[in-house]
Amino acid sequence: MADVNITVDGKAVKTPAGTLLIEACKSVGIEVPSFCYYPNLSLQGACRMCLVKVEKMPKLQTACTTVVAEGMIVTTDSDEIRQARKGMVELLLGNHPLDCPVCDAGGECELQDMTFSYGAAESKYIEPKNHREEQQWSPVVFFDRPRCILCYRCVRVCNEGMDVAALGVQNRGVSSIIAPNNEDHLECEECGMCIDICPVGALTSGSYRYKTRPWEMNHVGTVCTHCGDGCKTTLGVRRADTGMEIVRGDNRDKSGINNDFLCIKGRYAFDFANHQDRLTQPLIRKNGQLTPATWEEAFELIGKKFSAIREKDGGQAIGVIGSNHTTNEENYLLQKFARVVLGSNNIDHHRTADFPAFAAALRGRANATASMRDVYNAPAVLLIGNDPTEKHPLLAWQIRSNVRLHRSRLYVVNSQPIKLRRQAAGFQLIPAGAEGAFAAFLAGEDAALASLGGSKDGWTALRDKLKTEENLVIVFGSELREGDITALVKFGSAVPGAKFLALADYANSRGAADMGLYPDLLPGYLPVAEAGKFHQEWGGIPSAPGLSLPEMAESAKAGKLKALYVVGANPIARFGIDPFVFSKSFVVVQDMFLTETAVIADVVLPAANAYEKSGSVTNTSGDLQLVKKAGEVTGTKGDFEMIVRIADAMGFDVRQLVPFGRGTRADMGQTRGAQSGEADRHAVWLEANGLELKMSPFDPMAILDEIQRLVPGYNISRLALLSGNDQQTNFAASGPAVAQKPELIVPAADGLFRSGTLGRYSHTLHSVMENKDRQPSEEVAAD
Amino acid sequence: MKFSEEFEKRFADMLTHYPTKRSCLVPTLLYAQDEAGYLSDEVIAELAGRLELTELDVRNVISYYSMLTTKPRGQYNVQVCTNIACMLRGGEELLEHCKKKLGIGHKGTTPDGQFSLEEVECIGACSWAPAVQVNYDFHENLTVEKMDKVLAGYQEKK
Ligand code: SF4
Ligand code: SF4
Ligand code: SF4
Ligand code: FES
Ligand code: FES
Repeated sequence: MADVNITVDGKAVKTPAGTLLIEACKSVGIEVPSFCYYPNLSLQGACRMCLVKVEKMPKLQTACTTVVAEGMIVTTDSDEIRQARKGMVELLLGNHPLDCPVCDAGGECELQDMTFSYGAAESKYIEPKNHREEQQWSPVVFFDRPRCILCYRCVRVCNEGMDVAALGVQNRGVSSIIAPNNEDHLECEECGMCIDICPVGALTSGSYRYKTRPWEMNHVGTVCTHCGDGCKTTLGVRRADTGMEIVRGDNRDKSGINNDFLCIKGRYAFDFANHQDRLTQPLIRKNGQLTPATWEEAFELIGKKFSAIREKDGGQAIGVIGSNHTTNEENYLLQKFARVVLGSNNIDHHRTADFPAFAAALRGRANATASMRDVYNAPAVLLIGNDPTEKHPLLAWQIRSNVRLHRSRLYVVNSQPIKLRRQAAGFQLIPAGAEGAFAAFLAGEDAALASLGGSKDGWTALRDKLKTEENLVIVFGSELREGDITALVKFGSAVPGAKFLALADYANSRGAADMGLYPDLLPGYLPVAEAGKFHQEWGGIPSAPGLSLPEMAESAKAGKLKALYVVGANPIARFGIDPFVFSKSFVVVQDMFLTETAVIADVVLPAANAYEKSGSVTNTSGDLQLVKKAGEVTGTKGDFEMIVRIADAMGFDVRQLVPFGRGTRADMGQTRGAQSGEADRHAVWLEANGLELKMSPFDPMAILDEIQRLVPGYNISRLALLSGNDQQTNFAASGPAVAQKPELIVPAADGLFRSGTLGRYSHTLHSVMENKDRQPSEEVAAD
Repeated sequence: MKFSEEFEKRFADMLTHYPTKRSCLVPTLLYAQDEAGYLSDEVIAELAGRLELTELDVRNVISYYSMLTTKPRGQYNVQVCTNIACMLRGGEELLEHCKKKLGIGHKGTTPDGQFSLEEVECIGACSWAPAVQVNYDFHENLTVEKMDKVLAGYQEKK
């Protein structure tokens, strides 16, 4: 749109026509106070805090609803304006309890800030205040009615943003109140968006309320470790008896791909980290019992056993299972450890999408993978399979927002009437299992119509319509595998600018695949047999494919697999493997909890989770982001450190594993205890100066160097990554991959309130499930 | 949920008047209330379904308008204005009188279900204050005596 020239407080401002005055002011650094205005939500004009003077207009105008016009001359601060705003604050305070000293919002409350700026502390009201006890609306949402200033942000975000519409306004005028959809309680998605968007402390969360104050926490920006979408989250941590405890999660700074969105898991289900069942001591099986032991004892034993088995039976007698929640660096290191130190290609993980087929199909195509940001901006989106509202809440939010704010056209093809159909320009129901047939039909195979049902004309019209779209983003669930993906990509190449996005279920499923946790694939989908840079760089790694996860179980049953090393996975429960098949193998498990797999182990090492370590993760759309250490539980170690220590205990030169020690010396400070802040400050300084530690064999950045150098598609801007940005990886230069058995892909049983092992140990998710009478995740096998 | 034919005809016609279904909500609520006496849970669910709204949405609107009610009322709803003009000309006395006479308070209903009483804001009849509205009928320039007659009239009607 054409630009419009206006003057704000004497400053000339050029801004696109159609811009709201409040945004135009913001663009030149002039803040106009507001309560009800919230970017990307519908306009409300309810609070009248944003009053400004526009010349030639008779009265003060609300900047949040006024659209700029050529030649406007605006004043945002004057005695008249201050008086008007002060009056508004005074009205709001009329019935406000002013219980700031105990209110969760105290210290980051917009009403406090306004009162401080405009000073309306004295009230002319002498009537008693209208009190109302706080109400619990759900396990997550609490409401303190007297604190509410009726800005309606919560109502709008729940209606427009979430498409849940669980909140409404009842009555009128001074007696207006915010009301939940089921009389005295909420039936909703429990996302907590309403709580975070509330400018005051009227809506508070079950997990954070009355726990601490904002200034008593440290705030660490990292990435959610639940689903595969990779939301940025800021964790509030404070010192606790056991280390650093996470007390809050939000994304109020709107950094990252998710703006201020988080689902219940990202916002509240960090509490698994504080669960009392966390393992905090290594356990060694002695006389049949898992018995607490020291770290030295544990590493020595593992080192001795692994070395002995490798010497006697060779690397193929050892199996390694990696995780979907560990960082890229840990995954990379683990497969390198398996291949280089153990001499074994027996490495696998729980696969939830056919990334090898996807990578192979996109090989040689630049700009073919859609990022999470693309989903928000694309003019059209095609969604095949999956139910993002349940399994990919951020993706669903991106799609909804794109449809709502950019009028994007959404086409949904699904075997269920999923909730996103409400945003769809076209929705087609197909029989379960017919997703592949649809892909084939798109690629031109009309015979596939037989399995789709419905009329031929309807399907042909849809295909023709899709072909007329530009920059279409094609999102598909794990229902599509192997040839289906090839067919889909074939279709997509006929659509100009089409991009693809494959959905996998866990926080670093994509990273696990990209980093080569496959028995037949090296990092970057390079077949193990192909002599290439990894063989050159690492020397003598086995070139025959190793055993997949079920094959390892078979091999153990046959007495051939002598040792199993499981890092952050629970294959026994997830794949329903009979635990006794491993009774003769030496089993080492690194985990947070005594899972079904950990209980059969000979050595259990207490692991830190993704919120307690640094490194990088890749979300399902290939966006690479940094994770930062926020919490800490004394007595645990990161998986990275444990892998390195095991290599060391095996007598391996760890420099061959982690290329560290090339920087200058630095004081690493203390990581916990009274001086722990010092270490942070040092790290902050180094980071601010573009330096990296890499002084220690436990520094993931050293491995990131190697990843960037060797793994195709990961050569992104390190500077941008370190500054906290997401960087998109791609498959353009990846290896040709090899065909995978589709039955090895087992979708997670996760949903909106369910998150594998993490969910099992999350009090919040449990209480929500119980409240909704849904089956808690105990019953569900976990990873 | 069954409404009269007349309601259905009006409703069908109304749908054609607005670009979105939800716009029909307010008049529909009024017609439904006239027929059912009050807006029961059943009526709310029915209308929400017809207009593709959540029940919460419908309740929000009902709670905004004091003429809409979710509780059963008497056959005759006596609405006494005590806003400024009527107050100056005896509206409050009228209200007190009605309370005593009917034996109920603000928003109360007589045990036989014949009358309900409500104190309301200006009903736009200031020129003939004090004024009272019974269902859709206006009674103006009232005194306590006249009020008795008005009530007696309805009592007879049954
Ligand atoms: S928690 Fe989320 S879904 Fe529930 S009321 Fe709040 S915004 Fe709506
Ligand atoms: S509860 Fe909070 S967000 Fe909702 S209207 Fe009240 S002050 Fe605004
Ligand atoms: S959408 Fe996924 S990544 Fe985002 S907060 Fe929820 S679980 Fe975490
Ligand atoms: S911010 Fe403009 S009226 Fe509330
Ligand atoms: S004041 Fe009673 S009708 Fe207007």
